[in-house]
Amino acid sequence: MLIPSRRKLTLGAAALALALSFGPALADKTLLNVSYDPTREFYKEFNEAFAADWKAKKGEVVTINQSHGGSGKQARAVIDGLDADVVTLALAGDIDQIANKTDKLPKDWASKLPHNSAPYTSTIVFLVRKGNPKGIKDWGDLAKEGVAVITPNPKTSGGARWNYLAAWAWAEKAFGGDETKVKQYIADLYRNVPVLDTGARGSTTTFAQRGIGDVFISWENEAFLVQKEFGADNFDIIVPSLSIKAEPPVAVVEGVAKAKGNEEVAKAYLEFLYSPAGQKLAAKHFFRPVDEAAADPADLARFPKLELVSIDTDFGGWAAAQKKHFADGGVFDEIYRPTN
Amino acid sequence: MSDAVLPAIERPRAQPMGESGLVKGLLIGTALLFLTAFLFLPLITVFLEGFRKGADVFFDSFSDPDTMAAVKLTLLVAAIAVPFNALVGIAASWAIAKFNFAGKNLLLTLIDLPFSISPVISGLVYVLLFSAHGWLGPWLIANDIEIIFAVPGIVLATVFVTFPFVARELIPLMQSQGTSEEEAALTLGASGFHTFLRVTLPNIKWALLYGVLLCNARAMGEFGAVSVVSGHIRGLTNTMPLHIEILYNEYNFVAAFAVATLLAGLALLTLVAKSFLEWRYAGELAASHRH
Amino acid sequence: MAQLVLPRLREPSVIPGFGVALGFAVTALSLIVLIPLAALVLRAASIGPAEFWNIASDARTLAALRLSFGAAFIAALVNAVFGLLLAWVLVRYEFPGRRIVDAMVDLPFALPTAVAGIALAAIYAPNGIIGSIAGYFGLKIAFTPLGVTFALIFIGLPFVVRTVQPILEEVERDIEEAAALLGASRLRTVFQVILPHVYPALLTGFALAFARGVGEYGSVIFIAGNIPMVSEIAPLLIVIKLEEFDYGGATVIATVMLAISFAMLFLINKLQAWSRRRLGNV
Repeated sequence: MLIPSRRKLTLGAAALALALSFGPALADKTLLNVSYDPTREFYKEFNEAFAADWKAKKGEVVTINQSHGGSGKQARAVIDGLDADVVTLALAGDIDQIANKTDKLPKDWASKLPHNSAPYTSTIVFLVRKGNPKGIKDWGDLAKEGVAVITPNPKTSGGARWNYLAAWAWAEKAFGGDETKVKQYIADLYRNVPVLDTGARGSTTTFAQRGIGDVFISWENEAFLVQKEFGADNFDIIVPSLSIKAEPPVAVVEGVAKAKGNEEVAKAYLEFLYSPAGQKLAAKHFFRPVDEAAADPADLARFPKLELVSIDTDFGGWAAAQKKHFADGGVFDEIYRPTN
Repeated sequence: MSDAVLPAIERPRAQPMGESGLVKGLLIGTALLFLTAFLFLPLITVFLEGFRKGADVFFDSFSDPDTMAAVKLTLLVAAIAVPFNALVGIAASWAIAKFNFAGKNLLLTLIDLPFSISPVISGLVYVLLFSAHGWLGPWLIANDIEIIFAVPGIVLATVFVTFPFVARELIPLMQSQGTSEEEAALTLGASGFHTFLRVTLPNIKWALLYGVLLCNARAMGEFGAVSVVSGHIRGLTNTMPLHIEILYNEYNFVAAFAVATLLAGLALLTLVAKSFLEWRYAGELAASHRH
Repeated sequence: MAQLVLPRLREPSVIPGFGVALGFAVTALSLIVLIPLAALVLRAASIGPAEFWNIASDARTLAALRLSFGAAFIAALVNAVFGLLLAWVLVRYEFPGRRIVDAMVDLPFALPTAVAGIALAAIYAPNGIIGSIAGYFGLKIAFTPLGVTFALIFIGLPFVVRTVQPILEEVERDIEEAAALLGASRLRTVFQVILPHVYPALLTGFALAFARGVGEYGSVIFIAGNIPMVSEIAPLLIVIKLEEFDYGGATVIATVMLAISFAMLFLINKLQAWSRRRLGNV
């Protein structure tokens, strides 16, 4: 069992102390990367690449432990004391929460790394059953009667928030900014959702494995992954006329990394994401690299060009979007209010 | 609550009075149909999915170090939680069954409490106490003690959830056995501890074992409570049920169900052991439920 | 659980070890169960009665509580009927595989809830074995409140069977024979002579299945659909509130559920006392 070396002495009842005392240090350094759902496959390969790189450069063995889950849930765990050295979450809002509720992260964490600390981006696309039997072409089709839409719960899933905002951005454009109509569209869309999973992966399973729903609003990388895992001849990817530029950010949880003596390796780990090797891997796992020159052209060719709105210019940043749409009593809650 | 888990009582069966063969067949058929839909099919599904891609893939699933880590963690947690709850169960039933004291009924109800509490709440209470923003959080951090998102938190949540299992098996039995045997031994000059070891323990050993079996099955299979306090770190704080969820979320359905078959196998083993106990010691166990 | 007469503090006894045993049990109970629960209640109380009431009476909270309690109630009812039938069949009839069936009834006790949830979702989803048959008749099970109920039927079944079974075993055959000899029809004998003996145990089993179902999480989330106001159970709402960093909201819903759980336990203990009185000292 890979129990990492802990500088921390775990006390407690005798039995509980016993529980942690076994397992010698197998690694010189152990990092914990707390991430969101669809990055599993990417970080699995990236961690190996980084460990090899670090070994070559510093001669030190580094083991990276991973924790995956819904982005909000993961942020909550870090706030509650999960000892993450780095967080690689679905949206800046969740890392902001960690910075606001703890002193483990500086408020200006996003400025510590290039591109707002987002080493790769993605967008939101549709995944439909082979041959697109419901003829889904754009966001407007999702609100039509008789179309079953799969998307996770924006309250708990970061990806779901990007889904929601992309739909909102399209509707705002389509209805010329008439907010009543936009809200009605969003409400109609979510009325078509038969299963609201708590995380993006739950929704993927619902759509791909259980066969529920006609269209799955998905991270672009997750849509490609589904085609890879479940067979390209079962699903088609539909690119809508407009979507959102999703920037999943990364940050060193300085308070934790410092205490564990991992500051240097944690920083190097995230910087490695921006390196040509890291960018190439990101593109391989269907994330859009910020440095396209580093990526395999064949990987790049898979990404369709489409019009993208941005969270900062179109929604006034995460804090504003969170408050208006997803906070308690926000627009999303209104959708499910009983209409009398 | 005392009747929460009652074994079947074996005894010679008289011929049923009344029902015709048709009615009888109809009743049996309905019961079996109901069981098939709710019990057999789920169990068969677990095994079918585990072996969907053949036995090789099935057994390969266990070579993954993270899976082995999850198995070991689960065994460790059960190895701490079950003996602890057995001790508490024995102590509680000794006090409750052998003595009369004020507040006894309240104590009984409180011991039962974890049974009817949502597992999610069982996890939540420890988050409230031990997390960085919990009541004891700052002190724990200052002293570098990890509870939540580490093994101690998982053990605590498991102990909470399985708290009543042993006590609930022992209390009715010990109450029905009364105190006369112990009193006799004590009168003859045996020490208190000796009396417990030689008189009480042999009387309760099967009920104790039965309680331990059920406690163990629940401890290994607990999901909700552990999920809240685990932190879900691969290879470190994932128990088997949590690891199943992770594998499932990684489209590794075969491996997920392969690990699930281990737990289902454990469940079946528990049932076999339980049936064996009942068959072998029907009389003693039956006595335990005539309280 | 013998009927107790409360003495002053403790009746004198020659048996030793009272202090140690009670001390250990109460200490463990306090540390593991009571103090953490007190922390929960205190945390919920600290947000003030007005806010507490706001959260507790929120439409979404109420809908989740209604689903959790409603589905648990219906599941317990179904279990009462089929559990009784199953107990009857197991006690009264001999058929091939009876012993296996008898042992299998305990499966939901031992099978991890998450595994049960995934398996149930696989069977009752529209593309599952039973789900597709139900779909043929236009019935949706998984991802609806019906799916929640089905998961809770699975969870609660053994409680009814295992409480009713021993009582059925003990119903005196002479009474039945007497009734038959006096010319009562079989149906009448069953419903007016045998079943009245079983009702108290059946009620206890029903209450146990109900209590267990209300809080169930692991097996339900996989099959529920989790749509707010429709198929979102109360424990899931607690988890969602937690993930939104809304500890106040989470503790309030938890406290409401805790209070109801405690009340139900109290009721169950009363029921058991009542059934013991009715049946004599069984």
